Order: sequence, then C-alpha cells, then structure tokens
Amino acid sequence: MAHASNRINHRRVRAQQALQPVMASRLLAALAFPHSIDRYLELVDPSWSVSDLRGTITDVRHETADTVTMTIRPNHHWQGFRPGQFVQLTVEIDGVRRTRCYSPANSVHRADGQIELTVKAHAWGYVSRHLFAKARPGMTVGLSQAQGEFWMPSRRPGRVLLVSGGSGITPVMSMLRTLVDEGHQGQITFLHYALSDQDVIYNEELKQIADAHDNIDLIRVYTEQAGVGEAFGFFSADQLHSLIPDFAAAETFLCGPPGLMEKVVQVWCEAGIPERLHKEFFTAQSHPVPAGDTVEGDVQFARSERFVPNDGRNILEQAEAAGLQPQSGCRMGICSTCTCRKVSGAVRNLQTGEISTEANEDIRICVSVPVGTVTLDI
Amino acid sequence: MSNAVPVLNEEQLESFGKEMDAIRVRVMADLGDRDVQYIRKVIRAQRALEVTGRGLLMLGFFPPAWVAGVTALSASKILDNMEIGHNIMHGQYDFAQDPALSSKNFDWDTACPGDQWKHSHNYMHHTYTNVQDVDRDIGYGVLRMSDEEPWRPYYLGNPVYAFLLAVFFQYGVALHDLETERLASGERTWKDVRHIAKGIWRKTRGQTLKDYVLFPLLAGPFFLYVFTGNLVANLVRNLWSYTIIFCGHFPDGVQQFHKSVLENETRGHWYYRQLLGSANLTGGKLFHVMSGNLSHQIEHHLFPALPAHRYAEISEEVQEICLRYGLPYNKGPLTRQFGTVVRRIFRLSLPGSGTPALTAA
Repeated sequence: MAHASNRINHRRVRAQQALQPVMASRLLAALAFPHSIDRYLELVDPSWSVSDLRGTITDVRHETADTVTMTIRPNHHWQGFRPGQFVQLTVEIDGVRRTRCYSPANSVHRADGQIELTVKAHAWGYVSRHLFAKARPGMTVGLSQAQGEFWMPSRRPGRVLLVSGGSGITPVMSMLRTLVDEGHQGQITFLHYALSDQDVIYNEELKQIADAHDNIDLIRVYTEQAGVGEAFGFFSADQLHSLIPDFAAAETFLCGPPGLMEKVVQVWCEAGIPERLHKEFFTAQSHPVPAGDTVEGDVQFARSERFVPNDGRNILEQAEAAGLQPQSGCRMGICSTCTCRKVSGAVRNLQTGEISTEANEDIRICVSVPVGTVTLDI
Repeated sequence: MSNAVPVLNEEQLESFGKEMDAIRVRVMADLGDRDVQYIRKVIRAQRALEVTGRGLLMLGFFPPAWVAGVTALSASKILDNMEIGHNIMHGQYDFAQDPALSSKNFDWDTACPGDQWKHSHNYMHHTYTNVQDVDRDIGYGVLRMSDEEPWRPYYLGNPVYAFLLAVFFQYGVALHDLETERLASGERTWKDVRHIAKGIWRKTRGQTLKDYVLFPLLAGPFFLYVFTGNLVANLVRNLWSYTIIFCGHFPDGVQQFHKSVLENETRGHWYYRQLLGSANLTGGKLFHVMSGNLSHQIEHHLFPALPAHRYAEISEEVQEICLRYGLPYNKGPLTRQFGTVVRRIFRLSLPGSGTPALTAA
C-alpha cells in the first residue's frame, strides 16, 4: 500500500514538474490575473504551486517517546540539500502559520527524493508539540530551500568526528547516512549525548550501521543512565581524550544544546584547532520576555540598517523618530497600511495586550510596542 | 431629523468606546482556525464558480450555457471583490500569517489596483468616515450626496452621473485615488499622480486583456459569446457592488460630520461617528455573504479589521449597547434603504438643503 501510494506521489511530482513551463507561462498568468495560478492548482492538489516550495507528509513514526519523525515529499521546486543544512518548515496551528527550522536527517542520496525531519516535542515548544500530536500522512506543509552554512564539504574529509546531543543528532545523522551511502573509507566516530538509551533517536539504525562497518565507531554517552551506553556523564576534555585520543586529527561536526556546544568549543579552542570544528546552533524558540513594563533593548530596522534604543513608544513612532518613513495611515490599528514584517523579537499588541514572540510575523506597527530587542524589515 | 440624534457627554462617550473596545479585544483573542477555514471555503467556492462560469461561456452558443456562465462568473466576481478581496485587503486575515490571505499581497478581480484601494478606502474612508471634505466617499468627487455641498447647475445631472457611476463602477473605483476633481481644480497636478495613473493603467490593462481579449480568443469562433458574457458579468458585479456600497452611508438617517469634529477626537467619539455614519441591510445568510458582509456596515465601520463573517454575531451585542445609550441603529431591507438613497440623489440634484452636518456629539 505504502509503496503504491509512494509511486503515485512520485509520479505526481514528476508530472507537476513536466507541467511547470505551461503553468508558469505568461499566458496562464494573464488568464488568472490578478491572482496567482496557484489559487487554481490548489483546487487539484494543495501541494501544487508554480512558485512555492511545499511538501506532503507521507509517513509519520515515533523514534522515541517524545519525538516525531516525518517523511516529507517536497514538490518539484525542491533543489536538494547538503548534509547538515536545515529547512524552514511552516505549519498552520489554529489558523495561524508558524515556521521553525529543522535539519533533514536523511542521506542526500536518498533515492525517492523525500526528506526526513525528526522533531523533539519540547514542553514549551508550541510547534514541536503540535507536530508530535498532529502530524499525519497527507498533510501539506510549507518548506524553504535548504539553508545554513553547516554542511560537510563535497570533498569529504578522511577522518570524521560527528558530535551531537539530543535532537541535535539530525544534521550529523544526515552526514553519517550520506557517508555510508558513499562507501566512505576513512575513520568515522559518532559521538552522541543523550539522557538515556531510550532517548537516542535512530538508536537501532546507529547500532546496525556501526556493526556493519569496521571504520565506524558509535559512542553513545548517557548523562542519566550508567552502565548502558559506551560511556557515562557530561562532556569534558578528559572524557574526550580518553574516548577519542585522535580527535585533533579529525574534521569535527557538532550540533547540540548550548551547554554541550560551549564545552566542546572550549576544548577545541584550547587544543588550538578551532578551524577543524564546524558547528550548528540549534536552540528551541524561547525568547526571554522582560517582565513587567521595563523598557529595554533596541529597535532594529534591518532593511535601513539602523537601530535605536527602545524608548517604549509604538514601533511606527520609533521608526519615524529614527528618521525612517514607513507607510502609515490611521495610527489606531484599523487600516493595516503600516503592516510590516517583524523578523525577530517580541512585541506587545496595544489593542489586545498580547505579547507575541513569533519570528517572521506581519504586525501593525502603529499598535505594537517592542518588548526587549526587536528586529523589523523596515 | 438631525435633531433626533442623541448627544452623549464626554463620560458617556468614553464608556461607550470602552464597551466597543471590549468587543474587539474579545473577538481578536478568539480568531483562529474557524476564520481561516471560512475564508478559504469562500475562496474555493469563488474559484470553482469562476472556472465553471468561464467554461460554460465557451459553450455560449447554447443559450442556457451562456446564461448559467454569466451567472456563475458574476457570482465569482462579486465574491472575489466583496467577501474575499475587500475583507482580506482590510487586513482581516493578516493574523493568519498566510501570504495568500495577507493584505500586503492580495489584489482583486477588478480594475482598481489593490494598493491604491487600501489607501483611499482603508485609511481615508475608514478613519475619516462621513467627515465632509475629508472622506471622499461622500459623492466620490462626482455626485452631490451632502446637503452642505453648495449646489451648482452641474448637479442637475446628479441622477445621470449616479447611473453612469453604477454602470462603470469598477472604473470609477479605479480612478478614485487619482482625485480627478482636484486635478480639474488644479489642486493636484498630473505630475503628482503619475505613479497612481501608471498603476491604474497596468491593472486595467491586465483586466481588459483577460476579460475582453484572451478568454474570447480562446473560444475561437465563439469569441462574441465570451466577450459579451464577460461584459455582462462585469456589469452585474458593478451594479450589485454599487447598490450595496451606496446603502452603507447614504440612506436616510445616516449622519455626516463637519471637519471640526476631527480636532482632538476621542476614541469614544470615533466609534460614535462610525455608528451614526453607517447603515445596515437586513437579509438572509446568502445575502450577507454576497454583500461581503457590508450589509453589516455599522459593525464593519466599528471593527474594520475583524473578519467580516463575525459581524452578524457581533451585531446583537452592538444593538444592545446602542439601545442602552439611546443611540440609533440604522437598519432596513435593501429595497427601502436603496430607495432612500435614490431619493437623496434626485433631491440633491436640485438646489436647497435639508440635513446639516453634525459638528460635535
């Protein structure tokens, strides 16, 4: 069943690719004017678009008790990725679109062209908890092209060390799977930190890969469970020296929680080889929102490359005080003329009192007051 | 008639405003899936009607197909302009962060460019509703719709201009932001409005190409059936939207305001002005959808950025509040409201005046 529907999906993507020159033609654009032709294609298939990269979830499984692994078939706009890069995944929750970054964990050589995202449901993670509970095959999601500077160079290094913690495993898993597919001959060490054996994402597959390849060492280090993994306890210089004496000879790729990353970076710096360490910060979205009515932070106007200290007034007034002239109209939150994109940071809506921390969100700046530092596309 | 308008003191205005604010805050906090699903359902229906209508017109040599095609395409254009375009461009669905429902991106199936509409309508008309010499929706610079507008012989043609505006409504709306009357008087020069004129040209060209060249050509030998079908569908849309829109602010009992009210206007008075300056149409569910819920003009003017499909439920509460403050809530069936509008158009074509504008609450 799954295979048959997979084949149909695959054909559909190829058919949409073949139709792209027609669908993107000037004639169809003129016939659909002023609407995008997408508005009609969506009637046929919600993931079909002449311009947007979207994906369809084809499979959902749970690797561990608090993670969800989704297989996603991107539409024909997908240009592929390098092992280690991430994509922006957009889902709709209670009518509002939310976007988060996740790294595909699959090999770049995966034959069916699909990508695999594994998401850990954090207690405070609005999107991750939604995906954990609600992701289903057939759902359409928004995607971005692969982004990020964290990837394994196409001339693969000989000696490779992959270090990860928790759900930071995904980009380095992609590297490992890719190297396995390529029949990599050099020595690979996969050093992974988790609370316990039950929390290791891809645990079975990792064991199989390590068993099947003499040149691949799997070292699982558990911080809350002794005697089960290959080692126990938090990362330290001593632990590293005893587990992987030749670490300085390797190109190292690191992704994990901030605590682990800081310590690893320190060790590599002390060893005088920071250039051999490649790293990806992944942090759960948790903007510290200043308490009470304190006025702090900066208002940054990214497009104009200007910033001013936040003075507590609404963003429209602060932009004008900074010498900028964003579009504006009623100044009372009714006409939407001043709507613009908030890139990051938190704002309080003066009409509702609600604080929003969402990145890349359209807001009415005449009724939005910065809460701490906020960056705007103005 | 104007004497019957209840005057609220500062305190009453403030508490009236607070009650309105409370409704808005409550509905805003409740926005979500229900609203997004609703507007997408309307968009799907509109697209289906459009595809069906244009398809049927290709078979327009068969009279029933032509009639059905014109009906479907007219309905599609009405939905596109009113319940979908007008409301999305108000930013009613901006909360969803969906580019397809964003006021920044949306443009509609009519000659007026979306960005210009947002300026003349969302900002000027909605902020300065029914304020004489500021809100250009009073007469659209062509008609005498206000008693305070001094009579000139030109206005003898009031009914004729009104009829022509109805027939060519999409072009009237398209030219709105040009402020042609101020061009004629020399207040504005062509240089000032070049970019506006360019935008109108680009949009109108696209609309004309689609409706009167490309689709007819696609029909080959049935060119004329498609051409006339599109012409009639545009006309139906023009007449319908004109009728609904004129019923928003021109029926009997609707108040106009003197410029002086804008000086230090309070939030409460702004709500008061919106209420007294608007009128509702009564009717069934389909009627409300096909009028883009502008049949709830009062609620729309009190809460222009709230999704319009919510106005029906909000209106119960607004009426209850109005009752408590002794404020009129102007509503009536289409025939009656439009009848008084037509009467006003004829009456104001002749010299003399009736109702003076309100200067303050």
